[in-house]
Amino acid sequence: MYSIGEGFRKAFQLIFSLDAELLGIVFLSLKVSGLALFVSSVTGISFGAFIGLKQHPENAKVLRALRWLIISLMNTFMGLPPVVLGLFLYLILSRSGPLGFMGLLYSPTAMVIAQGILAFPIIGALSHSAIVSVDPIIRQASMSLGATSSQVTATIIKEVRYGIMSGVIAGFGRVMAEVGAILIVGGNIAGYTRVMTTTIALETDKGNFELALALGIILLILSFAVNMTLYLIQKKGHKIN
Amino acid sequence: MKRRSLKNILFIALILIPPLIDTVPASEKTITCASTTSTENSGFFKHILPMFEKETGINVRVIAVGTGAAIEIGKRGDADVVFVHAKELETKALIEGYFVNRYDVMYNDFVIIGPEHDPLGIKNAGSAQEAFRRIAMADYPFVSRADGSGTHLKELSIWKVSGIDPKGKWYLEVGQGMEKTQRIADEKSAYTLTDRGTWLATKDKLKMIIVFEGDPMLFNQYGVMVVNPKRYKNVKYKEAMLFINWLISEKGKKAILDFKDRHGNQLFIPNANVMQEK
Repeated sequence: MYSIGEGFRKAFQLIFSLDAELLGIVFLSLKVSGLALFVSSVTGISFGAFIGLKQHPENAKVLRALRWLIISLMNTFMGLPPVVLGLFLYLILSRSGPLGFMGLLYSPTAMVIAQGILAFPIIGALSHSAIVSVDPIIRQASMSLGATSSQVTATIIKEVRYGIMSGVIAGFGRVMAEVGAILIVGGNIAGYTRVMTTTIALETDKGNFELALALGIILLILSFAVNMTLYLIQKKGHKIN
Repeated sequence: MKRRSLKNILFIALILIPPLIDTVPASEKTITCASTTSTENSGFFKHILPMFEKETGINVRVIAVGTGAAIEIGKRGDADVVFVHAKELETKALIEGYFVNRYDVMYNDFVIIGPEHDPLGIKNAGSAQEAFRRIAMADYPFVSRADGSGTHLKELSIWKVSGIDPKGKWYLEVGQGMEKTQRIADEKSAYTLTDRGTWLATKDKLKMIIVFEGDPMLFNQYGVMVVNPKRYKNVKYKEAMLFINWLISEKGKKAILDFKDRHGNQLFIPNANVMQEK
């Protein structure tokens, strides 16, 4: 018979024995999620900044409507159900699909693509809202001091870097917790595309609660570490300002 | 302030850069095998694949899904080999030209499992049909995998010969893999059909027992076939055939025979007959 206390004891045993399989799974998780987060951060922040900072003196009405549309779409996709994305990506990446020639289905790359797409709207929308919240005086001041437009952009992004960082952390939470999409496009192949969340799902089915619990605990510790880092950085930010 | 923000950037870079390295390993000598959950989750592949890899240098990546899904993956060209257990379905896909070179590899059997006290007395049933009929007549909960897997197809064929159309509140279609289906049956004190391999691997975590076994109808044949290379040029036909030929060779047969679960149970019995390619 299974008891929760016993499960936790064995889980900690597994963690502290640095089980090779366990470590492999944790590292693959970090690799896939880290890479996805990197790509979606670079694209998301640039996109948010572009939408938030672009000035449109002429045709203002049309462009404002367009901007509203884009932001609404981004906000909608923040809640995109991962399994739906998984399904679309599966059909696109399959050998019988339009991008099948690339042979990407059932690979870590496919998982990075899925997670990147999931994190992009979160990072983009949160960056955008951080950027538009900047006091226009800063922009005017830096322009009157003779800054070029890219220098102005850099100044503003620097000004709201903590807000943007919150977006990145939210994106991190999204990719680390993800299981539906990567299960579909990754195939949960042992030693190749099996990450923490998909292992937890599998091992729970098999009744191997110790390994599932061990991975759950590691996942929580990692998330806590990332949030702690954010908190420390933000605290530093407040001191500077 | 400038130096501090530089530090921050460096810090973030340090978190993000390591994942950039080595995400996609080289894959020339790798084949993808779509298989059933029973072969992967029982530890069977973990036992035989290292031997095959050591001998040939070919790495086999296993996608473990139900038989129906595995065949679909093969049909779409997303795997090189499928290793499944639904002979009728396999032969059909073979005739349709999706696959070539099918071989029987090994067998075991299906068993009906249920609650410890066996409330319907299925133990005394004379056949699998009779067992199923009793469950249906009593409207007693029965959990069906309902996922197009080999086990599901076998279950449907037993209902069919029993002359029963399984419908109603007692018939729970869960659409899950074997382990999860067993867990649901366990939680609900229901009956279900399972392959013996998965059962042996999971039974000490369940409160269930085998209530019926041994009917010839419950025979469970596993087969292997390669995706038709004429359909998908990327199929690693040569490597896939090396894998198949190894599985049906004397060496492969011995590896299958030697595979025991952690309690020393024999899970599969090799029965490849090189002459009977279909």
